[in-house]
Amino acid sequence: MVQSMASRQASHQADHDQGLRAHVISVLVENRVGVLARVAGLFTGRGFNIESLVVAESEEPTLSRMTIVTSGDTRIIEQVTKQLNKLVDVIKVVDLSREHFVERELILVKLRAETEQRAEILRITDIFRGNIVDVSPKSYVIEVTGDGEKIRAFLDLIKPIGVLEIVRTGPVALSRGSKALS
Amino acid sequence: MKKCGAEIFVESLLKEGVDAIFGHPGGVVLKIYDVLMDAPIRHMLMRHEQGAVHAADGYARATGRPGVCLATSGPGATNCVTGMVTANMDAIPIVVFTGQVPTTAIGNDAFQEADIFGITMPCVKHSYVVRRVEDLARTIKEAFYIAQTGKPGPVLVDIPKDVSQLETEFKYPHEVKLRGYAPTYAGHLGQVRRAAKALAQAKQPVLYVGGGAVSSNAAPELRELAELLHTPVTTTLLGLGSFPETHHLAMGMLGMHGTYWANMAMCEADLIFAIGARFDDRVTGRLDAFAENAETIIHIDIDPSNIGKNVRTDIPIVGDVKTVLRSLIDALRTIKKDWATDHAPWLETIRDWATAHPLKYDQGDEVVKGQYVIEAISQLAPKDAIIATGVGQDQMWAAQFYRFTQPRTWLTSGGLGTMGYCLPAAIGAQVAYPERMVIGIDGDGSFQMTSQELATAVQYKLPVKIVILNNYYLGMVKQWQELFYNKRYSHSYLGNIPDYVKLAEAYGAKGFRATKPHEVLPTLQRAFATPGPVITEVVIDSEEKVYPMVPAGAALREMVLA
Repeated sequence: MVQSMASRQASHQADHDQGLRAHVISVLVENRVGVLARVAGLFTGRGFNIESLVVAESEEPTLSRMTIVTSGDTRIIEQVTKQLNKLVDVIKVVDLSREHFVERELILVKLRAETEQRAEILRITDIFRGNIVDVSPKSYVIEVTGDGEKIRAFLDLIKPIGVLEIVRTGPVALSRGSKALS
Repeated sequence: MKKCGAEIFVESLLKEGVDAIFGHPGGVVLKIYDVLMDAPIRHMLMRHEQGAVHAADGYARATGRPGVCLATSGPGATNCVTGMVTANMDAIPIVVFTGQVPTTAIGNDAFQEADIFGITMPCVKHSYVVRRVEDLARTIKEAFYIAQTGKPGPVLVDIPKDVSQLETEFKYPHEVKLRGYAPTYAGHLGQVRRAAKALAQAKQPVLYVGGGAVSSNAAPELRELAELLHTPVTTTLLGLGSFPETHHLAMGMLGMHGTYWANMAMCEADLIFAIGARFDDRVTGRLDAFAENAETIIHIDIDPSNIGKNVRTDIPIVGDVKTVLRSLIDALRTIKKDWATDHAPWLETIRDWATAHPLKYDQGDEVVKGQYVIEAISQLAPKDAIIATGVGQDQMWAAQFYRFTQPRTWLTSGGLGTMGYCLPAAIGAQVAYPERMVIGIDGDGSFQMTSQELATAVQYKLPVKIVILNNYYLGMVKQWQELFYNKRYSHSYLGNIPDYVKLAEAYGAKGFRATKPHEVLPTLQRAFATPGPVITEVVIDSEEKVYPMVPAGAALREMVLA
């Protein structure tokens, strides 16, 4: 029972080994008016970060599944999950970062694609198993799907070529294995 | 049989056992008001919707049953916001019904339209817009269920005008089905056993008790536990009344204006048992110096998010205070130990602190001290009197000097610190308990924020006894300006305005005034013996401050005694 008596502050000490890291939180909610506003409002009202938030209907039409990427030390992440759980419309909250999970994000990139660059762009797209979904004489729109690391690597290669616009869905995620949230 | 939304509203309230509504009519709720006219439910026409919510809140704090409030759309609804946040911060069960423009007009900037559902999202435990009359009964059932179960709180139900007019089959549901809502009541048994073991071994334990003990009606269990373990008890502002202040184990309130001995006990305790309390900044002082000698902190809270939020907890127990205390007492009864002897030195130390630095003030012959007025009220009030307060010096002196002996006799805005709470909350409690004495202890600044509710008290013959401690200033603001802003009293002087006796008389209430110390007791005696609503103005010393005081951001140990 004896422990550090120096400070009782719910501290950030334990987090130095962990640092501020991104957490992927999966939230099962009622598919109802105002749920998104409630969740988003909770984050702003309590000063939590939202790096991305994706929500759509789940396997059950009355339920929606949100994937939220947030960051903070363990105390903040604990508060994030506890505060989410307090919402009446929230059915289940799981911090996927604590287990094995798969994560995918879809990205659309509009590129300047002049004649001399078109082959190189095609090659890179091919390597990342992306698709060209729109072509014009001077541009491509490329679709790439993958986890954060893959998207980052793709963007690192493609950005110097001349990106006109990027849109990302933000990641969606599920835990690995047969275990389900609902 | 088919019923219209307004009829369903009233029938549902009757099913919930509602006997009083605090409200104010307006355009879109007229259908509801029309039906309400013939219903066996009392309706108090409050003069401002903020007053209506505070009255519902006062009713709820005094009875433990949800308070009900009804307002129209737009400004009626937005006027409810302060009351809802007040109830949300202090976990008070109320259900606020607001009218809304017809569903067809929502979003069109219609007359008296306000998105009250959106505005109040962070102010409520839960909220609804009822878009179909078929959903109304179920929504009301859920609203009452959510407001009073788990950690209580305010629930908003926004009812568009057409929904109150349209008809449907009325069937009140027997139960609610909410898959995202299942509060934990029973504590984890393993944790309870660990807590019992730690408590049994502690040499210098403290029970630190908050509003959760009041809302779960755990006063008997709390007393049993304290007496079993011979352990001193300190309460937060909201915990007052859960443990009798006249008990030899009572240390009074802790924190910013807490007693010296309660704060010292927190500093020196080897075990702190937080019971339905949330380690608010006004309680802990500077966090890194809080509970520096505590080897163990045990924390019961029905709200898991309160655990570990500000202070590290060694033995967290999520659950209802009453239920958990019951199982904890059972576990402790199997342990045979002589705690009376074990804790005698600790209680002796605390008694020494109390003797060395008691709560004190110097009541001379000339100017009345606020503290003296509270002591006089405490002496004159019957045991079951209900006390409502404003916010500021009046509130802190009441918390320090009134001797509470029963739970639910103390109505105060703790978390939000809402000035103007006193009079409407007193009205709410008086509606719930017409036979009991309800006393408001208010400041001049606080009183003026909702003084229009005097009309309500007079109209419904609610005999609230309001005592205004008048120091012509926003007293607590002045205190801070004196101590921390070089005595620059920037805009905190209210002057001797209005004449409170005349004001009372203008409303048809009785007014009394005391300006000298020797007048205080006889004036209060007369006031309390006078039927009907009474305002008593006591002119007090504007130089007097609330002590002890832990300056904001300082450690509990650094409290200033005078």
